[in-house]
Amino acid sequence: MTSVDPAALQDDDGQWVLPAKNYASTRFSGLTEINTDNVRQLGVAWTFSTGMVSGHEAAPLVVGDTMYLVTPFPNILYAFDLARPGAPMKWSYDPKPLGAAKGVACCDLVNRGASYANGSIFFNTLDGRTIAVDAATGEPKWIAQLADINKGETITMAPLVVKGKVLVGNSGGEFGVRGWITALDAASGKIAWRGYSTGPDKDVLIGPSFKPFYADYRGKDLGISTWPGEAWRIGGGTVWGWISYDADLNLIYYGTSNPGPWNPGQRPGDNKWTATTFARDADTGEARWAYQTSPHDLYDHDGVNEWVLADLQMGGQTRKVAMHPDRNGLLYVLDRSTGEVLSAAPYGFVNTNHGVDLKTGRLIDASDQEMKGTRQGVVTRDNCPGAPGMKDWQPSSFSPTTRLLYIPRQNLCEDVEGMSTSYIAGTPYVGASVVFKAGPGGNRGAVTAWDPVGAKVAWEVKENFPVWSGTMVTASDLVFYGTMDGWFKAVNARTGDLLWQFKCGSGIVGQPIAYKGPDGREYVAVQAGVGGWAGAIVAGDLDPRDPTAGNGFGRVMADLKKATTRGGMLYVFALGGGR
Amino acid sequence: MIRLRAYACIVAAMAIAACHRAPARVLRVCSDPNNLPFSNRAGEGFENKIAELLARDRHATLEYTWWAQRRGYVRHTLKAGACDVLMGVPTAFDLAQTTNPYYRSSYVFVARRDRHLDLRSLDDPRLRRLRIGVQLIGDDFSNSPPAHALSNRGIVQNVVGYSVFGDYSRPCPLAGIVDAVDRGDVDAAVVWGPAAGYFAKTRATDLQLNPVTPQADSPSLPFVFDISMGVRHGDVALKQELDDFIARRRGQIDAILAGYGVPRTEGH
Repeated sequence: MTSVDPAALQDDDGQWVLPAKNYASTRFSGLTEINTDNVRQLGVAWTFSTGMVSGHEAAPLVVGDTMYLVTPFPNILYAFDLARPGAPMKWSYDPKPLGAAKGVACCDLVNRGASYANGSIFFNTLDGRTIAVDAATGEPKWIAQLADINKGETITMAPLVVKGKVLVGNSGGEFGVRGWITALDAASGKIAWRGYSTGPDKDVLIGPSFKPFYADYRGKDLGISTWPGEAWRIGGGTVWGWISYDADLNLIYYGTSNPGPWNPGQRPGDNKWTATTFARDADTGEARWAYQTSPHDLYDHDGVNEWVLADLQMGGQTRKVAMHPDRNGLLYVLDRSTGEVLSAAPYGFVNTNHGVDLKTGRLIDASDQEMKGTRQGVVTRDNCPGAPGMKDWQPSSFSPTTRLLYIPRQNLCEDVEGMSTSYIAGTPYVGASVVFKAGPGGNRGAVTAWDPVGAKVAWEVKENFPVWSGTMVTASDLVFYGTMDGWFKAVNARTGDLLWQFKCGSGIVGQPIAYKGPDGREYVAVQAGVGGWAGAIVAGDLDPRDPTAGNGFGRVMADLKKATTRGGMLYVFALGGGR
Repeated sequence: MIRLRAYACIVAAMAIAACHRAPARVLRVCSDPNNLPFSNRAGEGFENKIAELLARDRHATLEYTWWAQRRGYVRHTLKAGACDVLMGVPTAFDLAQTTNPYYRSSYVFVARRDRHLDLRSLDDPRLRRLRIGVQLIGDDFSNSPPAHALSNRGIVQNVVGYSVFGDYSRPCPLAGIVDAVDRGDVDAAVVWGPAAGYFAKTRATDLQLNPVTPQADSPSLPFVFDISMGVRHGDVALKQELDDFIARRRGQIDAILAGYGVPRTEGH
């Protein structure tokens, strides 16, 4: 009897059963067949066309001899038989999501992947459902309707299954929804607990076991008192990013999105618990500690990026840390037992904050003295990083052998150029005209290898476009990532030197994985299919003459239309390609 | 054989007759299926009525493409070529080429008349202590003008936000904020005129509507908006045809707007 629990399967490098490979979210594969010497022989083994044109952000899963893939809206789940030539389709499952969800999605119709546990594949649909599908047959076991598109909620994140509970969070900060994370019983789909990101302590699941490291976080019902009036009810703090888990501490870690609504003048206060990371008990959801990366966010700097867990030698002792490249431009290293900030250093050009006061844990805001921020009627220039942040959702990877974090990122600043009139639901409104542009150096993206102990850059590869794909690193010191103009690349994990590249049919915003096939060979897989917020100009066929199209990305990404076209395709590579 | 040939002749004659008639024109309108008082699938909104007037005027058959007015609305409808006319957009709207305006309205204060508030100015000191409802757009660096205006005046603690999208599972998603005034959940609300006027007519209590003053906060924060029809950029002939319709049928358009209680601001 082989184990079916992801807690055991996560260590098998033949498989990839969780969105981030393992609960520590390292996206590290121990496979070594493909190495720095032979990677030049990497070739296409097989492909699969999804026939869809939205951004393809999901990582495939590999469980046993089967690969699973969830597509962008309409969120079809495919199973492929890896034991047969060309990996023919075993089955597909079409959840038939409501088309109306397309009008509620913020930034392209993406889905960030699935999770496996105990014979089921768990994934979310844009119209707000979590679905458990029998991994063998493709038959649905249960369907839970969690988010309500009629209120502006959608779900785009990849769920994580921990100890028999499926963890899911909502999207929809653009509609003024209230964020939550929900745990479902993996066997039945029934809600076990839900923790909100705003409101009274009982809703946030803050109780006697809540022991935050900093004084700022102690006090009753801060999810109400750090807001004016009842603004917390529509305050955002959605949970559309990544979740990590430490089995020894029995804690899950995740960040919440930025506060709403805009403008910030309407919500004086810290706006807890938005742009905040929670450590919660994996069984009960009770908050153990919290840390707010961006109090009273002015920039759309969500806190949802991944937390990568590792044990590092720091100051002569082994620290259980969590590493987090935030939208606000700082790379946080926290003690994951306590929520103490060990370091917070810029991993690119930042002028919107001056780092973190390590005594209080507070971000040192630079908006007043530097004339930064997005406030109604205030023109500001060169806010760095801009709204998409130094890095958005696209996950980094960590190698325990190099002890470096490989961060795919943007290098984008923004100008806020006054107000323009728009119209929605029959109501005219006024918005700041936010326009993104390349940051210092002129390159719009980079892959940065970060030394979390020294809190410094080890090496960096500049890229013309934002690097909107994830990275994946292997035990043979290869880092894989894709570019928005379609190059899938392998670079040396110690130097950043380019070792191999392949031009895919569309830009890459997916997440690479590695696995061992039934034939014993190592394979690397990634989805191409440009899109997402940064790629919406191609996926949504937006007008590049409109500088504010794509919520600020229009002008800065205008040339992407000449560099690539849309269309999803799964690529699987092996040494020597297909045989 | 003879009968067959006669039948063929009749068919041919009918085809020729059809060719000599002008082909039936189709007026393709992009519209929200659940957004009263503007439009709904049953055709009960004032934009539906004006579209019907336009179709009759142009001897055209009216066809709708239904899509909720959310982010991507223009992209999925007008720009996708699924339909050709947006019945109502602000005249200063970048995503479409706009016609001459056919009405001008304003954000208005809505309050129960039995409260005797008679609010008219955003600078009224009572706004600092009354419970005020405003429409909120959400995130993305934008919001409703009164939401900005109140926060610019430091009026935030006593402000209650209502999503402009409302609950789309209900028949009138925009009604929520006016209902809140009607029930007494808030003392007053600042609401876009057409929605306020329509829902005020049908509430249990007598609601008073006053346009907000000033008409704009500088810089560039208007509370009064001209509303036009919209066509694709470059669709010049259709724009001219609609301009001509708006000029000739102004009286009938005004009557439709009046029938829905749309408060109109001087100037048009």
